[in-house]
Amino acid sequence: MNALKRIFGGDTRQFGMIIALVALVLFFQLFTGGKVLTPTNMINLFNGNSYILVLAIGMVMVIIAGHIDLSVGSVAAAVGIVVAIAMRDWGIPWYLGIVLGLVLGAVIGAWQGFWVAYVGIPAFIVTLAGMLLFRGLNQFVGKSLTVPVPDEFRVMGSGFLPEIGDFARYNAPTVILGFLLVAGVVFMEFRKRRIEAKTGAEQDPLWVPIVRLTLLAAAILYVTWLFSTGRYGTSFPVSGLILVGLVALYVFITTKTVLGRHVYAVGGNRHAAELSGVRSKKVNFLVMMNMSILASLAGMMFVARSTSSGPADGVGWELDAIAAVFIGGAAVSGGVGTVIGSIVGGLVMAVLNNGLQLLSVGADMQSIIKGLVLLIAVAIDVYNKSQGRRSIIGMLMSGLKSNQPVTAADETTKTSEVIAAPEPAEPAK
Amino acid sequence: MTIPTTHKDPLILEMRSITKEFPGVKALSDVNLRVKAGEVHAICGENGAGKSTLMKVLSGVYPYGSYSGDIVYQAEVQQFKDIRASEHAGIVIIHQELALIPELSITENIFLGNEPTKRGVIDWAEARRRSLELLARVGLRENPDTPVKEIGVGKQQLVEIAKALNKSVKLLILDEPTAALNESDSQHLLDLILGLKGKGITSIIISHKLNEIEQIADSITIIRDGKSIETLDVKGDGVDEDRIIKGMVGRSLESRFPDHTPDIGEVLLEVKDWTVGHPQVQDRLICKGSNFTVRKGEIVGFAGLMGAGRTELARSIFGRSYGNFISGHIYKNGKELHIRNVPQAIDAGLAYVTEDRKVLGLNLLDDIKTTTVSANLKAITKGLVVDERKEFSVAEGYRKSMRTKAPTVNEGVAKLSGGNQQKVVLAKWMFTDPDILILDEPTRGIDVGAKFEIYGIIQELARQGKGVIVISSELPELLGLSDRIYTIFEGAITGVLDKKDATQESLMKLMTSAARPNGNGTATQTLNA
Repeated sequence: MNALKRIFGGDTRQFGMIIALVALVLFFQLFTGGKVLTPTNMINLFNGNSYILVLAIGMVMVIIAGHIDLSVGSVAAAVGIVVAIAMRDWGIPWYLGIVLGLVLGAVIGAWQGFWVAYVGIPAFIVTLAGMLLFRGLNQFVGKSLTVPVPDEFRVMGSGFLPEIGDFARYNAPTVILGFLLVAGVVFMEFRKRRIEAKTGAEQDPLWVPIVRLTLLAAAILYVTWLFSTGRYGTSFPVSGLILVGLVALYVFITTKTVLGRHVYAVGGNRHAAELSGVRSKKVNFLVMMNMSILASLAGMMFVARSTSSGPADGVGWELDAIAAVFIGGAAVSGGVGTVIGSIVGGLVMAVLNNGLQLLSVGADMQSIIKGLVLLIAVAIDVYNKSQGRRSIIGMLMSGLKSNQPVTAADETTKTSEVIAAPEPAEPAK
Repeated sequence: MTIPTTHKDPLILEMRSITKEFPGVKALSDVNLRVKAGEVHAICGENGAGKSTLMKVLSGVYPYGSYSGDIVYQAEVQQFKDIRASEHAGIVIIHQELALIPELSITENIFLGNEPTKRGVIDWAEARRRSLELLARVGLRENPDTPVKEIGVGKQQLVEIAKALNKSVKLLILDEPTAALNESDSQHLLDLILGLKGKGITSIIISHKLNEIEQIADSITIIRDGKSIETLDVKGDGVDEDRIIKGMVGRSLESRFPDHTPDIGEVLLEVKDWTVGHPQVQDRLICKGSNFTVRKGEIVGFAGLMGAGRTELARSIFGRSYGNFISGHIYKNGKELHIRNVPQAIDAGLAYVTEDRKVLGLNLLDDIKTTTVSANLKAITKGLVVDERKEFSVAEGYRKSMRTKAPTVNEGVAKLSGGNQQKVVLAKWMFTDPDILILDEPTRGIDVGAKFEIYGIIQELARQGKGVIVISSELPELLGLSDRIYTIFEGAITGVLDKKDATQESLMKLMTSAARPNGNGTATQTLNA
């Protein structure tokens, strides 16, 4: 057990999340008679959920900064209809359509960011208003009708990588991507170890990263095999590729850049951040704006998949995205959360959805089960926190980061003690 | 258990050997307090001496079992498990920050949690009738339907007392009741306390305003460093302000400070005519035309009671991070600085270590290394990327040089003790390489050993030619550390003393009513209230 924990990053919660995801997949694989891990189903899973996961990336940053965004579904719908109409009626090409959509998302985001950051209205209110506003905009612009989008545009929602020759029935680009990813993961792991060695940080014994890498590589290669052996003409979906690219980009932003640090700082303690020279208004503005840009992208991906933009697009998406983020270990009070955690959280929900559908469980039961999963996941989190453990997935990929084994002291320090500890004799008035 | 009492000297309250510890800090040790029935008993002591903690023990905020010692009240040992229990026994505490709900009416506030009911429904007619009675008793002529936010602080204080009277109070505790009141409101309140005394209600009053205590108290218990020092009989012992001050500050200073020979250069920082308005209340000034200087290598102390405006002054200088800037100039090395926000202040070489580490100073979710570099991220950023190797080595360097007790710099700051947290915060600001450091209560909530180390760090900063401003409520600390001390009272600088001329008594005089300037009569309130 201890060895397993080390391999997956030494954190009970994170360990639990990955185990839960794997167990869920295996469970459904078993009880559906092998319908889950098939190329077709996996492609459906990705195409049908990637836009929610894109939202989760933006949402986790919003939630880390201590806000919430309820308007993402409506923003996605509003952008989708404008882009669809622009391509149909104004005849602009698909790539300009995407640019237009992203610009529109940025403008909407600037609008919401302005109210949240500079006027100081709680994001809950601003985005609740935005939810109504942009839903109305969608129906006003589209006259509540459905507008189809051209074939080229559909690629980003349901397209595949090209087939290069008949390469022993494997899809060549998928295979190449799979091996590149494995190489990247190995490189990152050893780069991390090199840094650890130089900074004198505590290191795991060599077998830990080797086992970890072996498992990770096996998983990646298995998925590669799955996607590359589907029906001719299919591959790892384009939507999945967009998602992987965004995850890489946002993991980088949140963990490696100054902006990322500032988002965590503002969410963790806004006053302390401001007194350390962080421009919290700017951070809040950017976070809200970024969310709307990602929402516009998610909207376009959805429109591309469903081949047309309609008045009911994006209804309820905000709840799926928020649920993914909280299952992924973010804290309602802000300051805590990771991109990877939210993606895993989103995948748990996606696999649950998918598996229950394959088992022909009714929508009523699906909703009940998903509700309970959300509640239990967060309840475990809150319980762990009250026990003083590092509750949060926090560094879900601490396997790729700083993998410190949990010390005995960590396990026994109670939050209440920590809070009571340096209290002054006469508390400040 | 019944304690026999004599009729000549009926005690309503006796607190015996009360000891209360917080992890790492002994807030009260072996404190004794004897309050006679029907008297006004004052408790005096410096900020942090343990007065409020003692009252929290008495009123059940810290429940029975969390302290040691006995509370004997009305001849019985009491075991209050919460405030409700102590209120039931007739002990009511009125805190400095009033516990009134601004949106509710006077009547609703008086009966909050104690509503008169008829068959399960609140009987508002009865409540209103009784609140009229109570308001008459405290001498407040206001419509009981008026929302509390629409009456002044002085009147709100009276509503609090009316609320206490409604709970059939026998022992009334007032924590700094006049701190936020002007002269006439204060006088009215003091008269009311004397009036209640005439009706047999015993009062315990905590106050920094010694003239008021002299005026109304029958006896005074002095608390210093968490210990009860003495109890004075005002009439019998002929107590005056000087006598009280002596009791409050009379502690030795020997060897609590590392050896230090100051090497003071020319003027580094000069602040002129610094005037700042209250952030919410119009026309109220929190800094009134302050002028001061800091020289190279000099440690300058700022003394003042809580709420005097020390923190407000510091924060308004540090990038206008508090209050509404009205006028004033800052010069560094003779050149005027134009600082409008915190990033500019940091760039100009200022650093401000906050008074309240948890609320303003630290992100408790962070670890040591993240905190250490957080005010100067650009120094370790290449392009867009934070260099984690540099981050680690910077943090590790400070951890070693400041002897921060933590296994690694990956440790979360929430797990550190107060002293070690403060070292991390100091490291964070030292890494910005400031010329002027403002340290607000740098040793609050820190044990003696860590204090000594922090003093050493402060002196080392001065030795490097930096200007250091230390704001502290502990006069011995200021006297031991500073080369020069400014005193602040009600937002105005009331004096400056060289180290050799300063004594606790002379400072206390300048910090309190003694040198009261003609302000607008309204004390500034504390920042965190």
